[in-house]
Amino acid sequence: MIKVTFNLRDKGAEFWDRSPRWRRVLLSVIFIGFCYALPFLNNPLINTPGSDFQSVLFYPVGMYVMMAIGLNIVVGKSGLLDLGYVAFFAIGAYTMAILGTKTDLNFWEILPIGVGLAMLSGVLLGTPTLRLRGDYLAIVTLGFGEIVRIFAVNTDAIGGSRGIAGIPTPPDIFKAKFTILDPKPYYWLLLTFTLLIIWMVRRLAARRPGRAWDAIRQDDDVAQLMGINTRRSKVWAFVLGAAVAGVGGVIYASQILSIVPDQFNLNVSILILACVVFGGIGNIWGVILGAVLLAFTPERIRFLSQPRILVFGIALVVMMNLRPDGILPKKKREHLEPNWDHVEESGEGEIK
Amino acid sequence: MRLEVKDLHVHYGKIEAIKGVSIVVNEGEIVTLIGANGAGKTTMLKTISGLRPVSSGQILFDGQDISRMAAHDRVELGLSQAPEGRGIFPGMTVLENLEMGKYHRKDRKSEMKEDLEKVYHLFPRLLERINQAGGTLSGGEQQMLAIGRALMARPKVLLLDEPSMGLAPLMIANIFRIITEINNLGTTILLVEQNAQQALQRAHRAYVLETGNVVKEAKASDLLNDPAVRAAYLGVGAH
Repeated sequence: MIKVTFNLRDKGAEFWDRSPRWRRVLLSVIFIGFCYALPFLNNPLINTPGSDFQSVLFYPVGMYVMMAIGLNIVVGKSGLLDLGYVAFFAIGAYTMAILGTKTDLNFWEILPIGVGLAMLSGVLLGTPTLRLRGDYLAIVTLGFGEIVRIFAVNTDAIGGSRGIAGIPTPPDIFKAKFTILDPKPYYWLLLTFTLLIIWMVRRLAARRPGRAWDAIRQDDDVAQLMGINTRRSKVWAFVLGAAVAGVGGVIYASQILSIVPDQFNLNVSILILACVVFGGIGNIWGVILGAVLLAFTPERIRFLSQPRILVFGIALVVMMNLRPDGILPKKKREHLEPNWDHVEESGEGEIK
Repeated sequence: MRLEVKDLHVHYGKIEAIKGVSIVVNEGEIVTLIGANGAGKTTMLKTISGLRPVSSGQILFDGQDISRMAAHDRVELGLSQAPEGRGIFPGMTVLENLEMGKYHRKDRKSEMKEDLEKVYHLFPRLLERINQAGGTLSGGEQQMLAIGRALMARPKVLLLDEPSMGLAPLMIANIFRIITEINNLGTTILLVEQNAQQALQRAHRAYVLETGNVVKEAKASDLLNDPAVRAAYLGVGAH
């Protein structure tokens, strides 16, 4: 049986590979320009009745995209199921909130601290737990995510369940003023960091760390036999994922002005994971598309009011049935039909 | 002595899989461990390559105790394993699989071309399939790839885990011929096999493993003619 499926990912990759350099540069510039211009492209086709379009672009769309890219390093590239990803986001946000309200440090000074703390917690969580595999790791990370939230709820020094209010906004950059009234500069800030992260992740994935993650995902034991320090590679994947969430957390807190622990619940981890799975695990463009759709759709159909989450859920279920590997899946070469032509000619067969 | 295992004990939980095994592999030899299913052959190899922890005993490589060393560091010393059941990376192409075999080498860039040619010389079939995904190869080709990839690491001792498993007789003969060739090119080999006939014909010395113990140790050619071994492992009754 010949199964013909139109694979958008392969077509896209093929087109890209065949394109000369000038066309790649041109397409990249157009794409990036389009992303930066998005806040002004508020038209009836993509607008979000019921909520402010420019705010939606920042949160949830932009934020989900960034987090999904980060989680994709952990889940998609190295195959580690992390259900507590929101914890690193929370650590970034709380660092911004605490240092922003209690010290004179500004956004740009707090950002590296927040990222550093998120990475540090990635090391602390990853080092002991990454010897676990599969489901066990998922449970431990799920626990970690909840511990961070519950710790915040129960610690009065950081506001307890009331959270922290009055978080300062970033200082102005030229004429772009960061105020609660105008989400555009935040969106551009987030977009800039997202583009930087995409660039970084793509470079890493094509080099030795990416190869190591690839090997670990396919077979942990065999990866060790290749001389890969699998634990160190896994901790690195975890730490880089945490760093991305940390960046997101710091930016998020500086925009929203006040945070409460319950914003960082399990639902966020699950939704980000859903973005990764929905878009296509392991393929960064699929993950981005997945995050955009999953963040944008509930806002777009807000006019349905009550049943909108139901409609959203049904759409998800239908989608995953139609395309179980996601919208833009990673090229799955292990699923290619084997070529058995040579078997007879060499008189070799398999005995099972 | 290249590789020496002294009084090795290995446990899976409370079950003792290896109960005090000692073996020696000299430079330039092919040594084979034969035994039935569940005798502990694969556990022996996994312990030597570092995938299983040692309960007690010693593993010496060139006189250095490596029994507590991490698996990836042992690769650097020169121990390379072609895992059981053709443990290749199914989602990588043949070339990418072979390149992975060089992952830890510091001079991987300069060595790559030379070693790829060596592997293609031993296994011309791999050159034909160079851009094919590992998972789409036939069983025999996957075994070739696993061995070829292990060779990319320029091992001093090559550990082979049941290279004949699940292969047709013609392919088995082919693989064993190449194993001898690899040995002739100067690589010491520790071979774990259920196919005792082939293994004993190719090896210099052999150990017979039964439920975690070495019950016999001799020149391979002597074991081929040993009535007890013939009855138990070669499918020839002692009439």
